[in-house]
Amino acid sequence: MAKKETNIVENLLPLLGACPMPILDHKEIVLGHGSGGKLTQQLVEKMFLPRFQNELLAPLHDGAVFFLNGVRLAFSADSYVVSPIFFPGGNIGELAVNGTVNDLVMCGARPLYLSVSFILEEGFPIDDLWRIVCSMQEAAAKAEVALVTGDTKVVDRGKGDKIFVNTSGLGLVDDGIEISPALARPGDAIIINGPIAVHGIAIMSVREGLEFETLIESDTVALNSLAEAMFTASRGIHVLRDPTRGGVASALNEIAAKAQVGISISEDQIPISEEVKGACAILGLDPLYVANEGKLLAFVSPSESEKVLSAMQNHPLGREARIIGKVVADHPGRVVMKTRIGGSRIVEMLSGEQLPRIC
Amino acid sequence: MRYLDEYRNEQLAQNVLKEICRVQTKPWVLMEVCGGQTHTIVKYGLDHLLPSEIELVHGPGCPVCVTSLEMIDKAHAIAARPDVIFCSFGDMVRVPGSQVDLLILKSRGADVRIVYSPLDCLNIAKANPEKEVVFFAIGFETTAPANAMAVWRAKQEGLKNFSILVSHVLVPPAVASILESPLNRVQGFLGPGHVCAVMGYEEYEPISARFKVPIVITGFEPLDLLEGVLMVVRQLEAGKAEVENQYGRVVTREGNRRAQRLVNQVFEVGDQKWRGVGSIPKSGYKLRSEFREYDAERLFQIEQIDTQESTVCISGLVLQGVKKPHDCPAFGKECNPEHPLGATMVSAEGACAAYYLYGRHSQGHSQLVEVRSP
Repeated sequence: MAKKETNIVENLLPLLGACPMPILDHKEIVLGHGSGGKLTQQLVEKMFLPRFQNELLAPLHDGAVFFLNGVRLAFSADSYVVSPIFFPGGNIGELAVNGTVNDLVMCGARPLYLSVSFILEEGFPIDDLWRIVCSMQEAAAKAEVALVTGDTKVVDRGKGDKIFVNTSGLGLVDDGIEISPALARPGDAIIINGPIAVHGIAIMSVREGLEFETLIESDTVALNSLAEAMFTASRGIHVLRDPTRGGVASALNEIAAKAQVGISISEDQIPISEEVKGACAILGLDPLYVANEGKLLAFVSPSESEKVLSAMQNHPLGREARIIGKVVADHPGRVVMKTRIGGSRIVEMLSGEQLPRIC
Repeated sequence: MRYLDEYRNEQLAQNVLKEICRVQTKPWVLMEVCGGQTHTIVKYGLDHLLPSEIELVHGPGCPVCVTSLEMIDKAHAIAARPDVIFCSFGDMVRVPGSQVDLLILKSRGADVRIVYSPLDCLNIAKANPEKEVVFFAIGFETTAPANAMAVWRAKQEGLKNFSILVSHVLVPPAVASILESPLNRVQGFLGPGHVCAVMGYEEYEPISARFKVPIVITGFEPLDLLEGVLMVVRQLEAGKAEVENQYGRVVTREGNRRAQRLVNQVFEVGDQKWRGVGSIPKSGYKLRSEFREYDAERLFQIEQIDTQESTVCISGLVLQGVKKPHDCPAFGKECNPEHPLGATMVSAEGACAAYYLYGRHSQGHSQLVEVRSP
């Protein structure tokens, strides 16, 4: 009975021009909705996807990939609200350039053009803005992309938090390159290009109320040159993903769910620096859920994995690259980790907020 | 990393596991007291590595979980006031009260701040003289010295806009209460390493003698826990019931006397309500009358609050080691970390949350886990 009524309401809606409000777990937005974990997923799947629905959005990849006049393009966007805006190893502007470049790279694209939009709070020091702008220009030059359009808005003091940056980007996808989380296949080797959890810990180390002495610097970097070296070595790469918000655990869970495959990783193969390990132990954080900004996960067909791995290890951004696990046919949708001690456990998606506003 | 890697070493762990298998001849039920220990056990899959006849049940040692709903509602009423900056440990902010949690209050405009140390609140109070800064002082004996220090220092410095909402709990009365229960199945304890770093372990000796149970003060790394299990099982097999110390690199018999003195200066022992368990006599700390000007409960005079607990939730039984998380019909369904129905799902250290986080959605899960007999 109840079901029938719903159908009537749904049928009437186009006539009434109304928009049925999806039922979510919360009545207000909470920080967890931006954590990249389950709450973000809920917002995207229940609110954005059903209303905006189209075939390019549906894969929920890092960007949309499409043909335009015979040319294959990737298009992606991201906003940056990190606090503090200057942190060891980088700042919000550099992060905004590298982040969108990397989102395009994860679509298999060669990034070309970026837009930049600033939302500035009244009273924000011009000197700070200049530092940010200069480092954005340097980051763009390094990544060989051009910042070709943009926008500036200023909000009243207290209505923003110093500076928010949004970037979007366009890139070209070469023929023969097919990269998508849905393409992960049993047998694929899972490779990471270096030690995890560096960015998140660098940010935490300078957070108000939590300053601790450390030499850890953010790993923020554009990954397009590394990806190019990998594609030159082999076309057997199925999935690329940058484990930013939510860390390696969330990225692997998303891929396992999209491709309906199982993922098996070994804790003792996951590279992590002593400093980061120590900081995580002190702060009670699981490094698998801590954000990265210069890391990528590559899923590579087993016969090509050694080739890709050595191409990565020969590149400055992949010296410490390592195979951390593989795709399996068992336990589809789940990530299982063999623990250092010989036991095993399921690695879940982050369900709330581990670190507020990391990237 | 020193003091970390050697306690997560697979070969050493295998050696201890072999020794456990060698000495164990009968089935035994052991309880690890601390939430942090539960977390390590589930995170590393230690329970699946042990012989199936050794059952680990999870204890009440998750301070966030056992904070009474009434106290949480009081905290929310104080945090919602516009003249208050409410400070809390991170894992407390997501704990639901009868209506909301601190994060929801924050999204509605309350000034809620996460601190790593209560001493940070003193700086916040100095920087915001027009506001009342309140710290939610929860925890076991482990957090008591820092909380006591914050109050003691505030008094020294004559700080007028700082107070604490106290909900402190003590381990020994809880252990005794579990052993007194007619439902009790626990035959040996892995004692609380960090609590004993502060308090020492003298006070566990009368409990061990009275109830004839072995209590081994145990650390938090995988190897610590396996060694703790081995020491308890050795005692059980030999018919002994003593207090032993596995966590010698941190814990001494007398504990940290300076910290104890400070705690006794600021707090006194009183009855305490435990979420999911009920009231336990002399199982908590209250501020002494000399420090009552720092007592947020007195300052804000919150009226009696009607609290409503879920009727399905079995967290009380989980906290006492009588049931396992997946024995609950709501586990992983209507009860999950986003929507916890009860105490043990609310903090990462709670048994239900640990089971959920590490994918123990049903007992059937153990088939998925590669169980390696040593």
